[in-house]
Amino acid sequence: MLTLDRATYDGIVAHAKRDHPVEACGIVAGPEGSDRPERLVEMVNSAGSPTFYEFDSTELLALYQDLWRREEEPVVVYHSHTATEAYPSRTDIGLANEPGAHYVLVGTQEHGNIQGPVEFRSYRIVDGEVTEEEVTVVDALPPASTP
Amino acid sequence: MAVEVRIPTILRPYTGDQKSVEASGASLSALIDDLEENHPGIKDRLLENGDLRRFVNVYVNDEDVRFLGGLEAAVSDGDEVVVLPAVAGGGPDGLVRGA
Repeated sequence: MLTLDRATYDGIVAHAKRDHPVEACGIVAGPEGSDRPERLVEMVNSAGSPTFYEFDSTELLALYQDLWRREEEPVVVYHSHTATEAYPSRTDIGLANEPGAHYVLVGTQEHGNIQGPVEFRSYRIVDGEVTEEEVTVVDALPPASTP
Repeated sequence: MAVEVRIPTILRPYTGDQKSVEASGASLSALIDDLEENHPGIKDRLLENGDLRRFVNVYVNDEDVRFLGGLEAAVSDGDEVVVLPAVAGGGPDGLVRGA
């Protein structure tokens, strides 16, 4: 199950709507091993395409160096599908390289840039196998457990 | 000659779960051959048909090797090499360009 706080959920949806019809993409970082999506990082889709997304290679390195410094990892990797269902495509599955991440798909095809509900779904993608999971939105994440 | 190579999560099964390993070689190509010696199977995850895979990024001292001559990129003692899989994907019609 993926649990997101309301502000992060709204931020991802707003990004997807703003960039529609181009695919929006980004991550939500959290402390390594915590499974807590705490820090939304919007990325630029360097492909600038309605059917493809890719983080720019230089920005990708800068992102990961920042994560390593903060001892964080990508807890969520998100992107939008702007003309099709919010389900991982064959390409999405083949290129899913963060086995620990929740892969979030936002479907904006119904309302595009304007207000209105979106599809918001989350998956685990490990070794080419896709498992959908429940998404729960809470006002705030529960306090981090201290070991 | 030792170069530190940062290994992404997805490839850590090849390095006994180590986040970074040491390797040697004067070029990226030689470095990858040396990696393969100690971590069999990793080369195939980096190369395809003798070239870097389209969706694998390799950086030498923070520079994408695609701007440094690809596999011929020079590497020397003390350099830092980072391997990062692309974060990419697409809808059903998305083209895996250049793959």
